[in-house]
Amino acid sequence: MFSVFKIALRAIRRNIMRSMLTMLGIIVGISAVIVGVSMGTGAKAEVDKQIASMGQNLIIVFSGSSGRGGTRGGFGSTPNLTLGDYEAVRREVAGVSGVSPEVRGSAQVVAGNQNANVGYYGVSADYAEIRSWKFTSGDNFTEADVRNAAKVCLIGKTTSDLLFGEGNDPVGQIVRIKNAPFTIVGLLSPKGANSFGSDQDDVILLPYTSAMKRLSGDTMFRSFNIQAQSAAMLADVQTNLTELLRQRHRIPEGAESDFAMRTQQEFGEFANSTNEIMTVIISAFAGISLVVGGIGIMNIMLVSVTERTREIGIRLAVGARGRDVMRQFLTEAVLLSVLGGLLGIATGCWLAPLLTKFAGFPTLISQGSVILAFSVSALIGVVFGFFPALKAANLDPIDALRYE
Amino acid sequence: MEPVIKLENFHKTYRNGAMEVKAVRGVSLEIRPGEFVAIMGSSGSGKSTMMNTIGCLDRPTDGRYLLDGVDVGRLNRDQLADLRNQKLGFVFQGFNLLSRTTALENVELPMLYSRPSIPTREQYKRAMDALGLVGLAERADHHPNQLSGGQQQRVAIARALVNQPKVLLADEPTGNLDTRTSIEVMGVFQSLNEQGITIVMVTHELDIASYARRKIVMRDGLIRSDEPVTRRLQAPEEIAKLEAEQRAIQLH
Repeated sequence: MFSVFKIALRAIRRNIMRSMLTMLGIIVGISAVIVGVSMGTGAKAEVDKQIASMGQNLIIVFSGSSGRGGTRGGFGSTPNLTLGDYEAVRREVAGVSGVSPEVRGSAQVVAGNQNANVGYYGVSADYAEIRSWKFTSGDNFTEADVRNAAKVCLIGKTTSDLLFGEGNDPVGQIVRIKNAPFTIVGLLSPKGANSFGSDQDDVILLPYTSAMKRLSGDTMFRSFNIQAQSAAMLADVQTNLTELLRQRHRIPEGAESDFAMRTQQEFGEFANSTNEIMTVIISAFAGISLVVGGIGIMNIMLVSVTERTREIGIRLAVGARGRDVMRQFLTEAVLLSVLGGLLGIATGCWLAPLLTKFAGFPTLISQGSVILAFSVSALIGVVFGFFPALKAANLDPIDALRYE
Repeated sequence: MEPVIKLENFHKTYRNGAMEVKAVRGVSLEIRPGEFVAIMGSSGSGKSTMMNTIGCLDRPTDGRYLLDGVDVGRLNRDQLADLRNQKLGFVFQGFNLLSRTTALENVELPMLYSRPSIPTREQYKRAMDALGLVGLAERADHHPNQLSGGQQQRVAIARALVNQPKVLLADEPTGNLDTRTSIEVMGVFQSLNEQGITIVMVTHELDIASYARRKIVMRDGLIRSDEPVTRRLQAPEEIAKLEAEQRAIQLH
């Protein structure tokens, strides 16, 4: 076995230039595989992180129809979830660890001589817990604050930095939202951008009662955020929610709901579907390149078999079996493609970080992708080396010895 | 003694498109261990076909060929390969050495394909012994292009002997060599034959055939004559004669 390997290595080194050029196709293909897969996994890791930042076991109910077909308003475009709905959900749906309604608006927010246009969310005291918001400083507002429509709010890091200067603790300070003074009781820990690219930290959270009464005058909610107690309970909670809300909204059997429901996983799937398209495109290019590279190997191996017909004849004459010759040429082809594969892996591992550095794509090289690339390169050697090796093995020893 | 090579009414027909070429048309022949046979004939006489069949590179179309008691006609490709490996050694006109490997590696080549496999150390030892037998032990690490024609042919002989074959087959072994080197190679053959090795050699040169013990002449696919060599040449004497002649020319 060792000698077969040595012979193959020697044959490759003998025509080093030709071997390198032959390997080029494999190198390009395999490095494309490495880079492509690393972009896919990198993007997926990013999305997973963002989805996880939304909270855990989250279900979001949007008012308005689900918008399948035709032109209808998007989710939440016509708020139709009532306070009664909210209270019913709290009361009647089992397996729920937190519920928060949501009203949204944006307003000019003033603090001292600074002002900014900020989106505010009117939510319940459960919201921070549901969406996994932590506090850098201060604490959440209370149930009592919600009941009393208290003039308190939580502030995101971006907004705080904007209004109070970078790094200053805003807790205890007062901001004026639409001229109403609100006391900041908590500074939210930063979350970064969400999966759609907007800054989650540019935000003010306040009790929904305060938002509805003092700011927007809304009487309906655009959405509910509901946290199930565990992932296993998600489906049950969804079913119960749907049933309850359809009943409350008096939707007849078979008619379309006037609300829609999305789980956190579905958001992740949506965001990942874009990445998958990109991964598929890159994989297609890598695949084409690998096939071309494989054909290159087959071509060179056929040339090599022809060039070495006499050598094959000698080996057969001294007692090599067909399969010995076959093994020799197959080893050579596999060695060519595996060497190309290793160079390709090295190139890919070198390119992927550059891509992150200069083009900003998140990349992540997994052990799995390296093993995959290596196996693929070996497989190419076997597949494309098989025909030339078979041709060599089936040569007639007399003809091969006479070959000039 | 049982014949090591036995041909019974051996026929070989080649089909070349619609044309049928009857290369050998019924030859019966026995060669016993220890013989040194020269097969002669012009091109197209069927001697190469005979040689390919005796060398287990080809099978008879009709008739039987027994090598060391084994019916070659019944064997498949792999079994033929094993037979070539174990029982036959080839020496060719064009030496047929692997050009980019050393003399030693060339001699080791048949042992790479031996079944059961031979340990590397044993391979080295046997290859060096074989090279020693043809007087080239000190050239073991030379590549063929660093050796003269005669030396290359001796490497080829060492390769043919390394698996201790029953028969040494030589196809025009002196075809590419000058007179003196040809005689030297015949000297190697004669001394191997003295040691008991059976040799079958194809040649078209009458004087080369005269180093053998038995001479078979073929014509049109049949044996025309099969007789012992009467005035046998001895390589050492012939070399001495050659040197004397050359000296005479120089003195002139």
